[in-house]
Amino acid sequence: MSAKNVTTASFAADVLQNQKPVLVDFWAEWCGPCRQVAPILDQIAAEYADKIEIVKVNVDNEQQLAMQYGIVSIPALQVFQGGQVVKSIVGAKPKAILVNELSDFLN
Amino acid sequence: MRDVIIIGSGPAGYTAAIYTARAGLKPLLIASSVEAGGELMKTTEVENFPGFPEGVMGPSLMGNFQAQAEKFGTEVLLDDVVEVNLEGDVKVVKTGLGQTYEAKTVILATGAAYRELGVPREKELSGYGVSWCATCDGFFFRERTIAVVGGGDSAMEEANFLTRFASKVYLIHRRDSFKASKIMADRALSNPKIEVIWNSEVTELHGEGKLTGVSLRNTVDGSASNLDLEGLFIAIGNDPRVDLVRGQVDLTSENFIEVDGRSSRTNIPGVFACGDVIDPSYRQAITAAASGCVAALDAEHYLTSH
Repeated sequence: MSAKNVTTASFAADVLQNQKPVLVDFWAEWCGPCRQVAPILDQIAAEYADKIEIVKVNVDNEQQLAMQYGIVSIPALQVFQGGQVVKSIVGAKPKAILVNELSDFLN
Repeated sequence: MRDVIIIGSGPAGYTAAIYTARAGLKPLLIASSVEAGGELMKTTEVENFPGFPEGVMGPSLMGNFQAQAEKFGTEVLLDDVVEVNLEGDVKVVKTGLGQTYEAKTVILATGAAYRELGVPREKELSGYGVSWCATCDGFFFRERTIAVVGGGDSAMEEANFLTRFASKVYLIHRRDSFKASKIMADRALSNPKIEVIWNSEVTELHGEGKLTGVSLRNTVDGSASNLDLEGLFIAIGNDPRVDLVRGQVDLTSENFIEVDGRSSRTNIPGVFACGDVIDPSYRQAITAAASGCVAALDAEHYLTSH
């Protein structure tokens, strides 16, 4: 399963007003490490489907969103809860480390 | 038990896989969970890999390597090797997901990891202005002032690439000349957006939550200065990744895995090494690939004579 693509237009409904925590994966086609971490995020999304939602923002298409959330390095993974960024992870990391860093939202 | 386990997924590892797979050895290639594809995954256009006159994107090239290895029966595993036991006839390899694999031969192609500056708060600001991946992060510095640290080919490539986005790129180097190849250095020196700061090293990073500047020290007269920046890209070289095998496989005085002459044979029978982890000098995609071929042929020869 591949994560849902979120745009500026759908960001409020999909992310900010979501009842569940949402991990937003800021990525781009030309970013090798983004491609490397994508399958890991798909696995986490499938295994913890009842706890967290994982969506993608393509920074090429949504430069405004990237700027608004201060992205200067990708992949950038930001967890939103109640409309606020509550956790920020930068860079591709192994699954065990990501699961550990996201443990507040997965358990 | 398997015939061959290959650790690493850059040009060396995948070439070793292509050759051993075509020899019918059904290699297992352990690619890493997030760094599969190696250093080339962080590059853009590769202009000097033979067979691609128009150039090829690093990640596409690595996708091709993988497809070619899998076509002949390589099993690619997206997992990290956390422990090896290389002594004896049965080599044991343990992974981060808790699996144990055994093989008659192991090919080490673990490559090299980027070097850090070693200044305070480098980790904290990494991803917040401090970067090791120009191709990933250059995009976010449109019309900004940034700097690249380094004097080799990769520093030149990054500086040139970053001028697509940044309004100004300082190139900070601790010596008074570059060790980069002439074509790469000339390209940087003739780029109007690039200004070289010679004989200088970064001693401090400024900024809370995001980088705002750096302190520099002149390596000749020791004088200090400040430079306002929003991005700092570090390209000061790589160190061979040998932590996994330290204490088992002999290393050179420079910390590379030691191999016998032009072969890939380490001090342990049945253990071979190739690519950047054995190479203090050349470190090109093509030399790594050639070295992976050598390791595959050495492993084949070992298997037929044991």
